[in-house]
Amino acid sequence: MALLKVEGLKTYFYTLRGVVKAVDNVSFELEKGEALGIVGESGSGKSTLGFSLLRLVPPPGRIVEGKIELDGQNILELDEETVRKEIRWKRISMVFQSALNALNPVKRIGDQIADAILAHEDVSKKEALERAAELLKMVGIDPGRVNNYPHEFSGGMKQRVVIAMALALNPDIVIADEPTTALDVVVQAQILNLLKRLKREYNLSIILITHDLSLVAEIADKVAIMYGGKIAEIGPSDEIYKAPAHPYTQGLFASIPRIGGKKELKWIPGVPPDLRSPPPGCRFHPRCPYVMDVCKRDDPPYFNVGENHYSACWLHREKAPESAGS
Amino acid sequence: MSETSEPEYLKNLRNPILIGRNLKMYFSLARSLTEIIMRRAGRVVKAVDGVNIGVEEGKVSCLVGESGCGKTTLGKLMVNLYKPTGGELFFKPSKRLYDQLLNEESVEKLKLENGEVLFNILNLPKKYAKPLRREIQIVFQDPYGSLNPRMTLREILEEPLIIHGYEDKNERLEMVIRALEDVRLTPPEEFISRYPFQLSGGQRQRVNIARALILGPRLIVADEPVSMLDVSIRAEILKLMLDLKEEKNLTYIFITHDLAVASIICDYIYVMYLGRIVEFGETDRVIKDPKHPYTQALLAAVPQPDPSGRWKIKELPIKGEVPSAINIPPGCRFHPRCPYVMDVCKRDDPPYFNVGENHYSACWLNREEAR
Repeated sequence: MALLKVEGLKTYFYTLRGVVKAVDNVSFELEKGEALGIVGESGSGKSTLGFSLLRLVPPPGRIVEGKIELDGQNILELDEETVRKEIRWKRISMVFQSALNALNPVKRIGDQIADAILAHEDVSKKEALERAAELLKMVGIDPGRVNNYPHEFSGGMKQRVVIAMALALNPDIVIADEPTTALDVVVQAQILNLLKRLKREYNLSIILITHDLSLVAEIADKVAIMYGGKIAEIGPSDEIYKAPAHPYTQGLFASIPRIGGKKELKWIPGVPPDLRSPPPGCRFHPRCPYVMDVCKRDDPPYFNVGENHYSACWLHREKAPESAGS
Repeated sequence: MSETSEPEYLKNLRNPILIGRNLKMYFSLARSLTEIIMRRAGRVVKAVDGVNIGVEEGKVSCLVGESGCGKTTLGKLMVNLYKPTGGELFFKPSKRLYDQLLNEESVEKLKLENGEVLFNILNLPKKYAKPLRREIQIVFQDPYGSLNPRMTLREILEEPLIIHGYEDKNERLEMVIRALEDVRLTPPEEFISRYPFQLSGGQRQRVNIARALILGPRLIVADEPVSMLDVSIRAEILKLMLDLKEEKNLTYIFITHDLAVASIICDYIYVMYLGRIVEFGETDRVIKDPKHPYTQALLAAVPQPDPSGRWKIKELPIKGEVPSAINIPPGCRFHPRCPYVMDVCKRDDPPYFNVGENHYSACWLNREEAR
């Protein structure tokens, strides 16, 4: 049984100007010790998906339908108090996007990490601080700095502290939402190395949410490409990077600038859909170079295009078997 | 000639539009209470610390470096948004301004071997401030923060025209429409009365570019113009900028932290570290055969879209992060992070070694192989 199984998840935002279908029928599975990359443009719903997994969708957003099963238990059926005590941070935790601002500037690093421990476990402050020092060591920071304030840390070290906070209660799954966007490329590589090490040494499952396909390739075993609130393509990363099936994935690959490659500039024309009124049929059809009549009319199902590799595009209709879900 | 600390290499420029010599920009910090009591001097951030740079006309020159390396400060210096602490900045203006400045005695002039004259724009008489601003413009990084949310596109684009004395309303409107067409926001009538919030990130950045272009500049400093846009549309904006460069005979100084982007669109690359340029040359040379350990590290750290490497921990040639520009290390400023550090590095600041045709590196390692 998969550690995490998401089925038909729908998270909508009920705004005054209409319903935004930010996450619209998303399904995937995550095994213990596996890293899943969720890739999409801004507004594709990837961050909302991350918040949904923690049941932290901010109003006016709401999870309307679907299942999030953790070890077979649907956490959407639990009451808020149980989720707060037993699931959030203890089983699934998160490294937030604006990590550099996620720390309280007037509180010592150690105290901030200890807070998370004290909120969940019946331990003394001293024990919690000792654990905080251990966590700092785990993420490559001198444990002696447990009494420092955030401003005494560089950007990369703050990011390490935020990762240490996410690990405070020894969770099974860490969701990292754009953990390196504010960082320089050398520091970004250091943080990725840290995540890789944690995954290997502690058998941690990681969900990495990002817009950067190259970043995902550095760590993910499995990749889900999101477009307009839906997963357009999902599969093992070796397959997705070798043979991207969905035209959107292909476009994303073409638009990555590569060092030493051809000096060509390629992009996906057009803009992402407005999720208040997404285009009928396939949501990618207004930007798709291979658009057909059926695309404008019917939303494509998932086609099985390889082992555990699914793509929602009518182009596969002839060659691949249709599949109910991914 | 194997090493050069003076801007010797600047003489090799073919057709420079801008030459900076020993540019410095220091920001002094407010003195803390202890510093006042102990009678210690206030501390200084050396954001730009002795930069020599030559920009070829009609080309794209990239300033590459990590955050805090001073690339944005240098960019703002070149647009005259800061008054530097020291150094000279020579610029080749348009014909009209050129003739005026040639007759101005007080303006410092730099005569090149090919007969061209460049003018030091740091101490121009005040009446030239506006004409100069027309010729050097900037595109800012943040397409969300750099447009006034309460102004329509027409008002945003008209503002520079009003400041620069275009009084005829119809003429202004026509220029605004043409500017929108230039950046392919078409049909312009549809965009002219929109507000920034009604635009996507890419469209906003087009407005930023239109605003920089509307006065007909010769030199554009683009400060990370695509770093806040989605990967899928970055290339579209870059292509637009390159097309506009050809259409309007522009020169770009392109500031970026992304070596991959720089390798595709730039003719020349200047790698900055802690306020100093450590390596520069033609893009292909710098990318294919980087000589400075810092450039090598930057290139090694770029993530590759290939999942086969996901099992191993990536080896990074350098450790740690950029130190603060308040305490710049003695000798070579890169030496505390350098994997090849030698005794000389801790003692002496390296000069520029000529490591290839139009390719220079400020590293003692290059001493032997330099020509």
